[in-house]
Amino acid sequence: MGVALTRSAQWSAAGYGTRTLEITPLNEAILKEIIVFVASFIYKHPQEAKYVFVEPLEWKTNLDPSAFESGYIVSETTVKSEEVDKDGQPLLSVSVPHIRVRSFGQLSRLLLTAKDMKLKEAQACIEANRDPVTKILGLDYNTMKEDTSVVNILDKITKDEDPESEIKMKLGMLLKQLDLHLLNHSLKHISLEIRLNPTIVKNDIELLKHFSGKGEQTVLESIDYTSDYEFSNGCRAPPWRQIHGEICYVLVKPHDVETLCITCSAEGVFLNGGKTDDEGEINYERKSEIYKDLVTFLKERSAKFSENMSKQDVRFSGEWKKKEALKEAPKKEEAAALQKALPASGKSVLEKNYINFGKSQMTKRLQPSLNWKATFDFKDKGASKDTQEEKHGRRLERSGPPVSPRRSQLVRKSAEKIEEIISESSSESEEDEEPPDHHQEANAGLPSEYWQIQKLVKYLKGGNQTATVIALCSMQDFNLAQETCQLAIRDVGGLEVLINLLDTDEVKCKIGSLKILKEISHNPQIRRNIVDLGGLPIMVNILDSPHKSLKCLAAETIANVAKFRRARRAVRRHGGITKLVALLDCAQNSGEPSQSSLYDARDVEVARCGALALWSCSKSYENKEAIRKAGGIPLLAGLLKTSHENMLIPVVGTLQECASEESYRTAIKAERIIENLVKNLNSENEQLQEHCAMAIYQCAEDKETRDLVRLHGGLKPLASLLNNTDNKERLAAVTGAIWKCSISKENVTKFREYKAIETLVGLLTDQPEEVLVNVVGALGECCQEYENRVLVRKCGGIQPLVNLLIGINQTLLVNVTKAVGACALEPESMMIIDRLDGVRLLWSLLKNPHPDVKASAAWALCPCIQNAKDAGEMVRSFVGGLELVVNLLRSDNKEVLASVCAAITNIAKDQENLAVITDHGVVPLLSKLANTNNDKLRRHLAEAISRCCMWGRNRAAFGEYKAVAPLVRYLKSNDTRVHQATAQALYQLSEDADNCITMHENGAVKLLLDMVGSPDQDLQEAAAGCIYNIRKLALATEKARYT
Amino acid sequence: MNRKKLQKLTDTLTKNCKHFNKFEVNCLINLFYNLVGEVTERQGITIGLDRNAFRNILHMTFGMTDDMIMDRVFRGFDKDNDGYVNVSEWIYGLSVFLRGTLEEKMKYCFEVFDLNGDGFISKEEMFHMLKNSLLKQPSEEDPDEGIKDLVEITLKKMDHDHDGKLSFTDYEQAVREETLLLEAFGPCLPDPKSHMEFEAQVFKDPNEFNDI
Repeated sequence: MGVALTRSAQWSAAGYGTRTLEITPLNEAILKEIIVFVASFIYKHPQEAKYVFVEPLEWKTNLDPSAFESGYIVSETTVKSEEVDKDGQPLLSVSVPHIRVRSFGQLSRLLLTAKDMKLKEAQACIEANRDPVTKILGLDYNTMKEDTSVVNILDKITKDEDPESEIKMKLGMLLKQLDLHLLNHSLKHISLEIRLNPTIVKNDIELLKHFSGKGEQTVLESIDYTSDYEFSNGCRAPPWRQIHGEICYVLVKPHDVETLCITCSAEGVFLNGGKTDDEGEINYERKSEIYKDLVTFLKERSAKFSENMSKQDVRFSGEWKKKEALKEAPKKEEAAALQKALPASGKSVLEKNYINFGKSQMTKRLQPSLNWKATFDFKDKGASKDTQEEKHGRRLERSGPPVSPRRSQLVRKSAEKIEEIISESSSESEEDEEPPDHHQEANAGLPSEYWQIQKLVKYLKGGNQTATVIALCSMQDFNLAQETCQLAIRDVGGLEVLINLLDTDEVKCKIGSLKILKEISHNPQIRRNIVDLGGLPIMVNILDSPHKSLKCLAAETIANVAKFRRARRAVRRHGGITKLVALLDCAQNSGEPSQSSLYDARDVEVARCGALALWSCSKSYENKEAIRKAGGIPLLAGLLKTSHENMLIPVVGTLQECASEESYRTAIKAERIIENLVKNLNSENEQLQEHCAMAIYQCAEDKETRDLVRLHGGLKPLASLLNNTDNKERLAAVTGAIWKCSISKENVTKFREYKAIETLVGLLTDQPEEVLVNVVGALGECCQEYENRVLVRKCGGIQPLVNLLIGINQTLLVNVTKAVGACALEPESMMIIDRLDGVRLLWSLLKNPHPDVKASAAWALCPCIQNAKDAGEMVRSFVGGLELVVNLLRSDNKEVLASVCAAITNIAKDQENLAVITDHGVVPLLSKLANTNNDKLRRHLAEAISRCCMWGRNRAAFGEYKAVAPLVRYLKSNDTRVHQATAQALYQLSEDADNCITMHENGAVKLLLDMVGSPDQDLQEAAAGCIYNIRKLALATEKARYT
Repeated sequence: MNRKKLQKLTDTLTKNCKHFNKFEVNCLINLFYNLVGEVTERQGITIGLDRNAFRNILHMTFGMTDDMIMDRVFRGFDKDNDGYVNVSEWIYGLSVFLRGTLEEKMKYCFEVFDLNGDGFISKEEMFHMLKNSLLKQPSEEDPDEGIKDLVEITLKKMDHDHDGKLSFTDYEQAVREETLLLEAFGPCLPDPKSHMEFEAQVFKDPNEFNDI
């Protein structure tokens, strides 16, 4: 009850103190339900009705004492009930006008007494007792009402077994039920209310429009707005009518009645006084009842409409079902939304209201209906390929109703979705993909800028060159970085005009237009609109212009727009990449005397803008290729030699982006770009440093590049940049570069010289994940060397490393496990790891879903087991740990298998553990893996097998599971380490006679004889041992035969 | 005109004009005399292009259409206000017209726009120059409202001292901020395309020229 009362009941907002319940249908309904509950209480739950409230419910009653009859002691101003509690206090007492009631029984009776006044009494009671449950049951019961799980209740009951608490409990549950009931009830109630909003109305009208026209089949002859102008909140009514909740006025001509002038308002739809012919003014007065929506209204007014509507309904929903079946799963949602929105079924509207009740109506309801609209139109326009042509067509007709851009954009969006799925897959991540188009909050007031911009756009449309230039210049004075202005330009149809201007011959207009587009294209929504309106091909064409400032502006705008995939593709498809690359060339041939023109920028500026645009474009794989093919790399390399920071940032940015491709890395090496990258690491500009470091990070996958970085003295600046940790992006890039560079041992030595390792350890805490991944990666590489391991330990790096084992970032975990594994090579470090429970953490990472993490963890476990004191005991202490490891042998990832084999090799060093894993079936699992061509796996597998031979009859078992023959083939491998491991394994296996026979049959002897000649002593020994065993068996058989 | 006199004229004009070299001046002088036609030179009568001839050139060669602006351009060229553009005015005018620096062009344009020559571009002048710049919307009550509004917008953008008219300082400041505003009240400079065509046509290759 408490919840229902606080959440659903509509309290009047008037001040503090005793607030009153508003007289609304909802409240009335709630009160009625409460009355029914209380009145019937005495019959339904006689036991509980006697329960005395913890605190009495008190309120001011309007009842006269004389109304009370039998069972009460009545005086002139007081009433006392004959029913009393344990202490003799009456359960109901009145001293006019105050009343105190202390049990449900009395409450029930009171309501019976009150007769017609029931509602008033109940209201007064609830108003005076804002938290009746607390008063009835006491504070402790009320607090637990939120989590009244049965367990709790049972607990309570069993704890104190007095009958009163049991009753209390029961009461509590009853009240809870009532509460739930009330909530449901109020839900139903709320759902019955309708409030229309502009989107719903608009959708209805659009849909009806679609089915209107001449002929018998249509539902209406015509339906039109009275005003073409739509405010950004979706309303068409003039502002002074909008405050009355009116949304728009519609002229409807049904087949069988006169034209109706209808007002659509938030409350519903009704007939107004009509449009006066001479002035076009509307008589706003209501002339009919209010209907819940347009369709209901029209059904009521026009029989023909109603009839045709039902026909259409069947036809169209049928058609939709078919459509839906053709579309893939993701489309289903939209179709569902559509069915919901089909206006013919009034019920569905209700459903929707029901879902959204209580939420701010606008925002939520907007989505499904818009989606529906989009798919609907899309279907009508036909195949998705048409959209491209359509864009061009649309561009030419500039003036249309202000709705059209947004509508058409929606159409395209849905078409695009499909297109996106079918067409190319790009290498880029989705991070910068198209955000949902959120429209302005419909109720938001329009800022004054809106009107001014609208006026300017009008002059743009209807002005000659001079007026256009003035309007463009004036528009630049608005704060174009502000979203309201950006969207205002779009919403008044300014984007179309601006893009149209680009297609004219007027240089000044083009410049002015691009200056604005450049600014507003910082907005993601505007970017998409520009692409939708076909702006990119025009801008790409402008890149050919002889005017440098035009080129610059176009390139800069492209740089802004090409932030998402579809735009980048458009640039490429229209030949933009080649032209942009050509812009880079400007700086080189600046020798020729340039035409002196007012609007021309410098060549360097052109190249800079070109690089900027390429930077944006280079986020797509295909574009990277296109840049390379257009000969971009040498030009970029050339520009890298300049010293303008403005120029260097986009150039390095592009290179960094492209360096993810192997072809680029080769070219970068060839063009001697690394040298300049290193040089720019010393720049003052943080952004430039960041991109240089990032580019090095990308390129340093290659050993030669790593050496180049060192030779050009790049390691020192990198190390020193570590000390500045404020700029996290740069820090991430720098640590990344250090990580990759430290893959080369010589570089690690340098880093130690520059004290980078200490700094890295310091960065293990309080850094964002991107930095941590790189820092840990770098430490993992550094710790491959003894000195550095000691250094890391001495700097206290082990604790933070182990702490990082409890992460979820996959890449980070891979790096951390590697680093911890490297540290564990040091017995002293191992002690610390063990003390910090690091081994257990590593072990549990074997359960990680990512194979890389699993493998990395398993590798890290090997040195841990090797170097831990009492390793066997430690391993056994992990409950289920050994079984887990053995089961990982069922993985199908080679790296995981190899790492687990290595771990098993180490585990099996302990006899007891070997016994356990044998029980878990390690032998058949290992045997099954034997048929592999992967040398790494072969080596570790052979080692594991040779270890596992040491227990029981495992030797024979390996033979039975047919592991021997494949092992013999390992000897033909090219990897000597495989030979060594295999020879060891064969030596162990050859202790079993049957295995010797198998080996002999598979030609092991000859292969082993070759191994005996190996320079590797262990290999020699193992091979010889194996041959010895085989020979021994042969001799024994011979002996047996002759005796 | 004899060759010697032409040589002398070319020399003097080249000396006074920084944007054209001698060859170019020569070309332009030739063009001028071609345009003026065969008028015998007599003492006391100035030879030159009258208003109509000049406007014709502006229209045909530089694609200008606005009568008023063309008149003003003529005035700009005709420094001595005698109704004719003589040869030195021609050369000097074209040097600004085609090759002028931003400062020169600003000065020139301001003079063009300052219809009454009082040193200010007043609201009325602006209105006058912009009155044909908007499509007439039949629906609007006051067809001039848009123009008036446009004038206000321009003033807001350019009138830095808020005295309701544009002084040269106002104008200069606005143009320096936004070069597009140089020709704020109508095109009075050649558009880049016809500019290039004109130069290409007039300043033909010297070798070719010698052949003629």
